[in-house]
Amino acid sequence: MSDPSIHAPSSRYTVADHAPRKISAILLRWESILVMMLAAVIIGNTLKSPYFLDPFNLADATYNFSEKAIMALIMALLILVREIDLSVAAIVALSSLAIGYMGAAGYGPVPLIATGLAVGMVCGAFNGFLVTRSGVPSIVITIGTMSLYRGIAQVSLGDQALTTYPQHYLDLGQSYLFDWPPTPLSFFLFLLLAACFAVFLHKTAAGRQLFAIGANPVAARFSGIRVDRIRLILFTISGLLAGLGAVLLTARIGVMRPNIALGWELDIITMVILGGVAISGGVGTIGGVVLAVFVLGLATFGLALMNVPGIVINVLLGLLLIVSIAAPIVIRGQSGRR
Amino acid sequence: MSLLLRYREVILALIIALMVLGISLYAPPFGTLSNGVGVLNDTAFLFMMALAQMIVILTRGIDLSVAANLALTGMLTGMFNMVFPDLPAPLYVALALLIGGGLGLINGSLIAFLRIPPIVVTLGTLAIFRGMIVVVDGGSQVNTSDMSSTFAGFPKLELFGLSSVFWIAAIVAVLAWFFLGQTRSGRGLYAVGGNPVAARYCGISLPFQQMLAYGISGAVAGMSGYLWVARYGVAYVEIASGYELTVIAACVIGGVSIGGGVGTVAGTLLGALFIGVIVNALPVMQVSPFWQMAISGAVILAAVIINARAEGRALKLILPEARRAAAQAKR
Repeated sequence: MSDPSIHAPSSRYTVADHAPRKISAILLRWESILVMMLAAVIIGNTLKSPYFLDPFNLADATYNFSEKAIMALIMALLILVREIDLSVAAIVALSSLAIGYMGAAGYGPVPLIATGLAVGMVCGAFNGFLVTRSGVPSIVITIGTMSLYRGIAQVSLGDQALTTYPQHYLDLGQSYLFDWPPTPLSFFLFLLLAACFAVFLHKTAAGRQLFAIGANPVAARFSGIRVDRIRLILFTISGLLAGLGAVLLTARIGVMRPNIALGWELDIITMVILGGVAISGGVGTIGGVVLAVFVLGLATFGLALMNVPGIVINVLLGLLLIVSIAAPIVIRGQSGRR
Repeated sequence: MSLLLRYREVILALIIALMVLGISLYAPPFGTLSNGVGVLNDTAFLFMMALAQMIVILTRGIDLSVAANLALTGMLTGMFNMVFPDLPAPLYVALALLIGGGLGLINGSLIAFLRIPPIVVTLGTLAIFRGMIVVVDGGSQVNTSDMSSTFAGFPKLELFGLSSVFWIAAIVAVLAWFFLGQTRSGRGLYAVGGNPVAARYCGISLPFQQMLAYGISGAVAGMSGYLWVARYGVAYVEIASGYELTVIAACVIGGVSIGGGVGTVAGTLLGALFIGVIVNALPVMQVSPFWQMAISGAVILAAVIINARAEGRALKLILPEARRAAAQAKR
């Protein structure tokens, strides 16, 4: 304040908050590309099928991606800080197992939900503990815990299934939270959590710390950011949200088998990467992830309406992932993001 | 450093030996020679797939598409065999190497020239390869009855009681040892993984090394695809589903560093053997096969954490190191 030269109106010393915003830069933003992709998906599907824009159809379509989308939010934060959690789907299996046993023992909805969340949280905290204490890359640790968690579910249940749940609990996953617009609970929770995550990541100091860790963990540590503690918390939340996913999924399908949610980790990571979160860390937005969730979810739904087999849909989504990442790199020349 | 590495492999070999001994005491049939041969035959696929995966991981990459590549190439060679039955078996092997290698080079070019992270590329091609199986065959299966005798008979040929698949894995191992230790481009794989910048200054081309690594990974996966389909007598969309994680687990147990530049042929083979012994011991010990996944998970965790202890914790020491550096600077 005391030094007038800093505030001198000379353009030489003007430091702008951000580079001047050009229309081309805004259009080339990853989120803008996703918006265009989403528009293309919606228009294409509407032209192809008269049933696509039916609100009840759309509401039912959200069932197929909401649980994954909830887990994608925290996966985005993990990838942002250069970590990854491959064990989320296995945590869903283990939480669902606990819920199934509680249901079989005759407990009501509240203990069931609490158990599911608690088991998920413990699994996630165990991941975080191993990652922060051992210094082994999280991709390796979570490959191990993935086998461990799903293995425990397999050992406990073998080829059996758990199918006894209280009706009030099943209603959570099988009825609408509001009748108009028709909104399933899982989708509502996804929107709510997405808003919370967006505010946290983009509007709070703690959120900025995640970008700092992702950009350079060593520098972040030197700046006084508690890198390991934040990692531990993120893994714990990842487990907690996987537990929430298990609560919603088990209520929706009303049956627990050891192969529940098999392969979901790759679907979730696809959502996050398509959402523009750099696998090398430090870059990404919640808005992008939410858009990617809708692009993938609605594209899948539209293709299913056209009777395209599920595995062929997987081919198309795999192509979409690679092409959408490759196209901007090709367009901008070889200097794309690493 | 190399002494330490050798030490670690000896430790792993000792652990496997102790494990075999313990299991044999508990369940004597496990200790017989014929069972040992059975374990080696059964683990043959894991031996070569893990070696190929190690080559990719050395360059700081990862190839998640190997199991999908295996299934797709297996299906394609199976369909080729229906059209051209009774060709000599080496021709099928060559075809599988070509198809698999081609698929691997698709991964390689996306990674090397477009600089897309390997995990993203191979996650995408995993879905694509797996799905292409349904697209090419319309959702049907290729069964033993559709296979000609040369096609189906080759993996069942035996020499000294060991199957041809094992001997092929042995050849792959010798080639990998020679390639990684004795050739310029093999050493280049370690260089680009250990320090990409230094490798660049030494004139080692990263794109070339990456194409090489993913090409090899794909070729080995493809060859395993033919052998797998012929040996188990069926090709359909789900074969070897999730096998990529077992392959990576074998590498990790064998001491291959996921951060690149560190890994040996012997360590990787031992890592694969470790998993093979466990998988084969469970039925002999009359433990439910459902235990397999939980045990291999626990083993992976134990192995990597022990490995990490051995490597020391460079990252944890940031602050003490900085303090020491500051103290030295003052002096």
